[in-house]
Amino acid sequence: MSDSASAGGTTADMPVTDDKSRRDFLLISTATVGVVGTALACWPLIHAMNPAADTLALASTEVDLAPVQTGQSITVVWRGKPVFIRRRTADEIKTAEAVPMDKLIDPQPDKARVKKPEWLIMVGVCTHLGCIPLGQKPNDPHGEFGGWFCPCHGSHYDTSGRIRKGPAPKNLEIPPYQFVSDTLIRIG
Amino acid sequence: MAAKSYSNPIVKWIEYRLPIFSFLDHELNEYPTPRNLNYWWNFGSLAGIILVIMIATGIVLAMSYMPHVNYAFESVERIMRDVNYGWLLRYIHSNGGSAFFIVVYIHLFRGMYYGSYKAPRELLWIIGVVILLAMMATAFMGYVLPWGQMSFWAATVITNLFSAVPLVGESIVTWLWGGFSVDNPTLNRFYSLHYLLPFVIFALVFVHLWALHVHKSNNPTGVDIKGPQDTIPFHPYYTIKDTFGLGAFMIVFMFFVFFAPNFFGEPDNYIKANPLVTPAHIVPEWYFLPYYAILRAITFDIWFIPAKLIGVAAMFGSILILLFLPWLDRSKVRSATFRPIYKQVFWVFVVDCIILGWVGANTPDADFHGVKMLWIGQAATFYYFFHIVILIPLISVLETPRALPDSISQAVTPGGKS
Repeated sequence: MSDSASAGGTTADMPVTDDKSRRDFLLISTATVGVVGTALACWPLIHAMNPAADTLALASTEVDLAPVQTGQSITVVWRGKPVFIRRRTADEIKTAEAVPMDKLIDPQPDKARVKKPEWLIMVGVCTHLGCIPLGQKPNDPHGEFGGWFCPCHGSHYDTSGRIRKGPAPKNLEIPPYQFVSDTLIRIG
Repeated sequence: MAAKSYSNPIVKWIEYRLPIFSFLDHELNEYPTPRNLNYWWNFGSLAGIILVIMIATGIVLAMSYMPHVNYAFESVERIMRDVNYGWLLRYIHSNGGSAFFIVVYIHLFRGMYYGSYKAPRELLWIIGVVILLAMMATAFMGYVLPWGQMSFWAATVITNLFSAVPLVGESIVTWLWGGFSVDNPTLNRFYSLHYLLPFVIFALVFVHLWALHVHKSNNPTGVDIKGPQDTIPFHPYYTIKDTFGLGAFMIVFMFFVFFAPNFFGEPDNYIKANPLVTPAHIVPEWYFLPYYAILRAITFDIWFIPAKLIGVAAMFGSILILLFLPWLDRSKVRSATFRPIYKQVFWVFVVDCIILGWVGANTPDADFHGVKMLWIGQAATFYYFFHIVILIPLISVLETPRALPDSISQAVTPGGKS
């Protein structure tokens, strides 16, 4: 179109600005489509690094609780991470329930962290930088609050797995789980 | 580029189509170099040579290594015991990582002392900082590959740093892992990237040298090259000096490779990775200790920002802040030789970095003559940022520099032409 106009020979009185803005529009819209298209094309590359279907399929584990005695802890593996299961003593439950909320770094009542007060089930991964806290075995250090202690950077967790002292920002995570029967749980 | 004529017909034929011979001659042979470079200028070429050694040994190691959680640890042991010279290749590669960082840290401090980052070499400096970051990523991922206890827990702790990012932190960590914990997908991708990044570094080194050759090397006086009387050709003067330095370096390097190959390593890494047990005392490799100390120094929230996020930001910030050094230092005088105050505090900064490394090697609740290690780490972290953000700009404005020589040649041979 611009070719035929300039072929007319009267370039001096041509409305040049119109042509310029039309070209600007074409340039900007082409560039925009190009950038958006490239970004969309990158998505498969990025998403390929997210957990694959078979990794996601391993996302639930069943655990038989029958052999666990009061005051005993077991560790099971769920999604490659340790899950701490503790059958708490009456004393531990009482201590955990008695803590006032303003003493907590990440305030959460004990009730909100258990389905049955006797069974404390949580992901055994320190919320600071992912180490495994000690305290599953009777002769492990249990920290200043009688629960778990992370040796990497010194985080102390109480008998409800709540952070009480040290660099960790959050309580030990509670995984999604349900009681299938009185002595069987499904995690995930 | 003076047109050179070559007599060899094959060289001539190639030169006409791709002027590679005149290029090499221009950049490596006749390349004019300040005549007064001291031994601190050896470390750039040394770093380049180590990169080549790392790539050469790494490619061969990759032929016997298996990036799978069930075989990685065993395949490394097989390299050590059964593969011909596997022990040598692996010890050169693992000690080469340490050597690379020693050499690059000296190279970096040399740049800070002699003001090599100042105009017109700001981009040269920035590319160098980017190379350092790429080196750190490569070293970290390489350390994970043997799949020992330290490998696994280093990977866990460092990837967990990203969980400090607000809102999307957890998603980023899952994405980095390719699962819900450090596992086989993580090992696979680290291997892929550990193989890729050295070639990215190689390309960055090329750009680094390109920028270097535009304005040529800085020198101990920091005074610009003013004419041919200030320079000597790179070959043979600096090829021989660099070769001599390489010989001296190799004596030290080979001592470690042959007589103390595990000096820089952690014994726990000879225990196969166990996702259910964290070693009692986890420490990074020595070259990351100062950053680890900075990470752990932040134990307090600031307003609504959690300590973990500030710690991570401070750790990454300690390197990223170097990008701004050319503009934080406002002094036009490059070399600390002529800057009486900066010259002193430079060494305070070096000592501060060493203290940070020492703190990083200890547990935070350790005690040093009644002083808590954490407090020393906090003081040293404070000084690190105070030095770069406050002291350097302040000194650069307030200090009266000593008189500069008129030229390099006048400084080197007084009475000669200037």
